[in-house]
Amino acid sequence: MIDFSPNESQAAVAAVARSYAKEVLEPRAATLDRTGGFPHDNLAQAARAGLLGINVPEALGGRGAGVVAYSLAITETARACAATTVALCVSNMVAEVVTHFGNEDQRTAYVPRLCRGELVVGAFALSEPGAGSDPGGMRTKATRTDRGWVLEGSKLWITSGTDAGLFVVWARTSDAPGTRGISTFLVPGDTPGLVRGKPEHKMGLCGSTTTAIDFEACEVGPQALLGEEGRGFPVAMMALDGGRVGIASQALGVGLAAVEAAAEFVAGDAGRRGQQWVQWALADAATELDAAQLLVLRAAWLKERGQPFSREASIAKVFTTERAFAACNRAVEAMGAAGCDEAHAVERGLRDVRVTMIYEGTSEVQRIVISRDIMRRFASG
Amino acid sequence: MDLSLNDEQEQLLRMVKEFAQREVKPIAAALDREHRYPAELVARMAELGLLGIEVPVDYGGSGLDTLAYVLAMEEISAACASTGVIMSVNNSLVCDPLMKWGNEEQKQQWLVPLAAGDKLGCFMLSEPEAGSDAAAQKTVAVRDGDDYVISGTKNWITNGPQADTGILICMTEPSAGHRGISAFVIDMNGQGVRRGQKDDKLGIRASHSCQIFFDDARVPASQRLGEEGQGFKVAMSTLDCGRIGIAAQALGIARAAFEAAASYACERKTFGQRVIDHQAVAFMLADMDTEIDAARLLTWRAAAAKMAGRRHTRESAMCKLMASEVANKVAKNAIQIHGGNGYVSEYPVERHYRDAKITEIYEGTSEIQRIVIASYLLRG
Repeated sequence: MIDFSPNESQAAVAAVARSYAKEVLEPRAATLDRTGGFPHDNLAQAARAGLLGINVPEALGGRGAGVVAYSLAITETARACAATTVALCVSNMVAEVVTHFGNEDQRTAYVPRLCRGELVVGAFALSEPGAGSDPGGMRTKATRTDRGWVLEGSKLWITSGTDAGLFVVWARTSDAPGTRGISTFLVPGDTPGLVRGKPEHKMGLCGSTTTAIDFEACEVGPQALLGEEGRGFPVAMMALDGGRVGIASQALGVGLAAVEAAAEFVAGDAGRRGQQWVQWALADAATELDAAQLLVLRAAWLKERGQPFSREASIAKVFTTERAFAACNRAVEAMGAAGCDEAHAVERGLRDVRVTMIYEGTSEVQRIVISRDIMRRFASG
Repeated sequence: MDLSLNDEQEQLLRMVKEFAQREVKPIAAALDREHRYPAELVARMAELGLLGIEVPVDYGGSGLDTLAYVLAMEEISAACASTGVIMSVNNSLVCDPLMKWGNEEQKQQWLVPLAAGDKLGCFMLSEPEAGSDAAAQKTVAVRDGDDYVISGTKNWITNGPQADTGILICMTEPSAGHRGISAFVIDMNGQGVRRGQKDDKLGIRASHSCQIFFDDARVPASQRLGEEGQGFKVAMSTLDCGRIGIAAQALGIARAAFEAAASYACERKTFGQRVIDHQAVAFMLADMDTEIDAARLLTWRAAAAKMAGRRHTRESAMCKLMASEVANKVAKNAIQIHGGNGYVSEYPVERHYRDAKITEIYEGTSEIQRIVIASYLLRG
């Protein structure tokens, strides 16, 4: 029976995230954005609040709360601080990926520690200077040795690269063309030969770090291989499909916060309040974000039930991130000069939300996914 | 959180899909071309229980829920948007207010035959000088003993030429503004009720609308729906439900246009490849698919709110706004993808384009929906 409201346990997780966002994230968000750096304490507190393994089984130290609860929680944290939220999203997905693809040893070695915050956070190392949207262009290599593997190559735009305690790394293990020769490795952050780059200067998400990661004769044991050799691409796709739900939830939170702030500002300003264009801008933003929320929840719900959700995740991501960006822009517009002032979070929202249309699959990649699905549905024969 | 349909909804959906594909879709183009009212389809919808979907079985209806109604509306409208609106008006704008505001006697007399499809209904709110501004009513009902005497003109009344029964919104106390408005149930064949010429329209041409003139029509006070002065509330709550139906109609139109364009783009070749293999077209189709899903979920949410008995003014406004605008954009781009073929009536998309336009206008224009939504945001 159709019902869009969260059940009790989902609502409870959202409430935990909401109070964490209010008490921990919100008071620090503006300063964090200005000073930059990695939000250590925010993430340590996230671990204590049980927000680093929301969709991870309780037996492995997670909450076992499901994907819908995860999505709701991410939206709540993103309302207050999108920068901390992205680190949180990625770490949750790393824990999920290790849970899903790891063997017993790998799971017990890493997942409980990720959930407890003992590894700070997890990170994904997929993109490269020459391979963003197209992972088939990847060059990082893993060569088999007597003692395991040696990783060699460069990764780019690694969220939490400065501090992550565990990296999920994709590398070529054979010369098979395209994505077939790619494997996945679990590399602890303190592994010799894993070299962290300096944080990039970004337009937004300034309170999260993004770095290059170089692998210079980086030796790992045989137990570092996650899943089967040569089967790294499906791992990446699973991580990205799930990741898209997270990023869409993140963008949604940023957009909702911007519209709320703008509505409050406008409601208190008789001159603006009476302007029909201001009302229109906010009405459109609110409508689109409500639709976005439903698309995100649908994708989360499908994933939670174990049903295919790639198409729905892409739809949720492209629609939500683009409409959230539009919403932030409208919020700034509706507030005028105040909207550009640091004193209001909407200018930060506008800067923060831009990248959601890029990472974990650009809008264009989502449209490719969606249109390929259309081809499958409509091409005869 | 649950997005699965229950058995009843699944069953209805299957039945309506089959009816729409087999009986409605094949004649939709001809109905449009000939501006012909599909009496045979309306009779079939009556048989299938589609004219009083949410009305309890005891009152002649199908006893299903709002989501079932929405699912049926999308299917019928995907085949023929005109047939969709005929159905929508009877369900949302006539049966619904009778269920909600009618007393037992009124329900027995008026609702039962409408829900069973023995009679057809219309809803009379708009006037030559009162469309979006519904409080500017000029049609007046003056109390005279046990009767009211009604005079005035109603405009663009869908089902007007065929309707047996009408819901009328008019002034009983002109000086009191929207508090002076009352609702009545009207025998459309009664004395003093006259139908004008059928309107010549851009789209939904198989659904007929016309002006209705009240020339001192005498109506017993027992036909007043709700209390005197409650008419504006009756009208607004009726439109809250009606907007869900129109959103579903828009979804149907959008889906039909999208499906036509997607099929065409997968068949037709240009520059040595399928039309869909051109990235610009593929992305256009991806956006259509995405936005239709977004609009559908908003529509389902409004239906779920209504089913839960919650006030759903905001949800209805949002789904109607998005679904109607998406339908227009999708239909426009569906023509673009068809190129020249899209412009000629041999292909269905020019009809979808013409049919889509009205969904942004009736039962509250897009601008009215934005006013409603903004009022919720800016309550302060």
